[in-house]
Amino acid sequence: MNNDEIAVSVKNVYKDFKLPHEKVNSLKDLFAHPFKKRKKVETQHALKDISFEIKKGEFFGIVGRNGSGKSTLLKIIAQIYQPSKGSVAVNGRLVPFIELGVGFNPELTGRENVYLNGALMGFSHKEINAKYDAIVDFAEITRFMDQKLKNYSSGMQVRLAFSVATVLADSDVLLIDEVLAVGDAEFQRKCFRYFKALKKQGKTVIFVSHDMNAIREYCDRVALIDESAVVIVGTANKVAREYDKLFVAPEEKSTIKGQGNRWGNKDITYSSLTISPSLIIDTDDLVIKTKLKVNKDVKDAMFGFAVKNGADVLMYGNNSKNEKIKFEDLKKGEVIELEWTVPGILGDGEYFVNVSAESTNSEGYDWWDEATKFAVTRGTIPGMVVYPNMKLDAKREK
Amino acid sequence: MNLLKKTQSKYNYSIILLKQLVITDFKLRYKGSVLGYVWSLLRPLALFAVLYVVFIHFLKFGGDIPHYAVALLLGVVLWNYFVEVTSQGLSAIVGKGDLMRKLSFPRYVVVVAGSFSALINLTINLFVVILFIIINGVVLTWSALWIFPLIVEIFILGLAVAFLLSALYVKFRDISYIWELVLQAGFYAVPIVYPISMVIAVYPAAAKIMLLNPVAQTIQDVRAAVVWSGTPTVATLYDNPYIRLIPIAITIVLAVAAALYFRKQSASFAEEI
Repeated sequence: MNNDEIAVSVKNVYKDFKLPHEKVNSLKDLFAHPFKKRKKVETQHALKDISFEIKKGEFFGIVGRNGSGKSTLLKIIAQIYQPSKGSVAVNGRLVPFIELGVGFNPELTGRENVYLNGALMGFSHKEINAKYDAIVDFAEITRFMDQKLKNYSSGMQVRLAFSVATVLADSDVLLIDEVLAVGDAEFQRKCFRYFKALKKQGKTVIFVSHDMNAIREYCDRVALIDESAVVIVGTANKVAREYDKLFVAPEEKSTIKGQGNRWGNKDITYSSLTISPSLIIDTDDLVIKTKLKVNKDVKDAMFGFAVKNGADVLMYGNNSKNEKIKFEDLKKGEVIELEWTVPGILGDGEYFVNVSAESTNSEGYDWWDEATKFAVTRGTIPGMVVYPNMKLDAKREK
Repeated sequence: MNLLKKTQSKYNYSIILLKQLVITDFKLRYKGSVLGYVWSLLRPLALFAVLYVVFIHFLKFGGDIPHYAVALLLGVVLWNYFVEVTSQGLSAIVGKGDLMRKLSFPRYVVVVAGSFSALINLTINLFVVILFIIINGVVLTWSALWIFPLIVEIFILGLAVAFLLSALYVKFRDISYIWELVLQAGFYAVPIVYPISMVIAVYPAAAKIMLLNPVAQTIQDVRAAVVWSGTPTVATLYDNPYIRLIPIAITIVLAVAAALYFRKQSASFAEEI
């Protein structure tokens, strides 16, 4: 491939952080025990052998869970951190939007801050002069430019920061880190329009986000980083699917300890819980299999489950009483097996399953919130239930 | 050709940033104070007034040395410059930790900008000294022009110390206390309030060693050039012309060492702050 077509090339990048358990931060420590072996230093491998290339004009996404090493990678591409091994080559000028308004000073006026912020990005007074009006227009705060920044509302500050960054950033490569969630709805739409315009102009953009919808909408290619390494580099749809998979193990099997929040008097307890599939890709049915043990003779019992989404909103649920199955006079040592079959009608996202065992007069045997989880990723609208009997008739006439 | 362009753009960046940081610092320095820039004149003048009353008026330091008051003021102004450069330099990197963590820009610019801000202050103060020179009736000769290379020397020295301290401070936070003590001791180890002739009279060997300190050397040399040609300097205390070069050599060695150390450390500033 022609070298000129590569905008950013990341080659075998490693990054280790040395984390001393007790940092020697004062000379006293150093002098008081000069020969004492320093406290153990733990090496954290933040990035392992990261390689990819970004072509000119590409809208390249980087996704990953929190703590995956994504931010470290970003800082290395922005040349704030030095890689421990490997190299990053940027062809042209790169402007990072890692955080907005870095270096803004509350004691300076809006105007002065524009020039200061511009200089930090390497723009001369003259260059900023030429774009000053555009910046102020974009931020929509013309009237306030000669007031001190400390008198701005936080929304105004963010708008100014974003404008400086966007208008000045007619650089070769742009690095954008989840700065979209700023400002009011109107300004957000404006920012999105701006990103669309960037895409049209054929700018090289590196875009880091958790928002799979934004990733799908803008990115040509995406790299998925997990546990300090590149999992996959591919099209947005493919990577978004892989990303969702990260949140679920292939066959989520909850063993009884650990996970979730559990309480009850333990007269009856869940001894196993399996959900399959843990990743819904087609409109599969969801099967929740549970096994229960009776630890003490009880008069009666009923068993239920509930599914809620990541925002803790209940989607659906049911219980044995509702299904007209009665459990009475349960004896110690009995084992009960239950299998719920539920239509997989949920939209894309991550879901949690609560299960319960209680008596008919609400004596709790075993309540278990977030006992297990599953994900749906099939390109439907996130958060919305897709009922099987929905139908759409469409007609077009000329 | 490409390389040349790259180097040029790299320095352009530094110069743009340097200019803006110096301007910002100048604007911010006395923001919110009523007297504003007047303070940068009042501070050394107030110190001078105290020292003048205590040491010249009551203790009769300086005795029959011509224009000792002007020499004292000059000493105070130059020493203040050194204090300002080094203390600002000390916190230059750590104080801008937020920027270091979030932007990549040439780190050294922050330290250099601090030095230039102090230099502007020194220039303003020197105008006040000129006023005193005129009032006191000091006769200026062509040798007064030596002040320019001497200011260059103390500028380089201050910058070197600032580089060293700023990088060390990232790793060892004790440095700020240590440096405060060093500066306090330095105020007396450098002939600022007392004439060096007092030391020569008692311990000539000590005076000789004291003047090898580049700060003391520049202050004495500036006094000799501007105020009174009879001021003892390294050149008058030592016959060996090579020994006169020691303070300059110290400055150069320190500057090179500081630059190398800073360069090495600056790569990891973002992680360590």
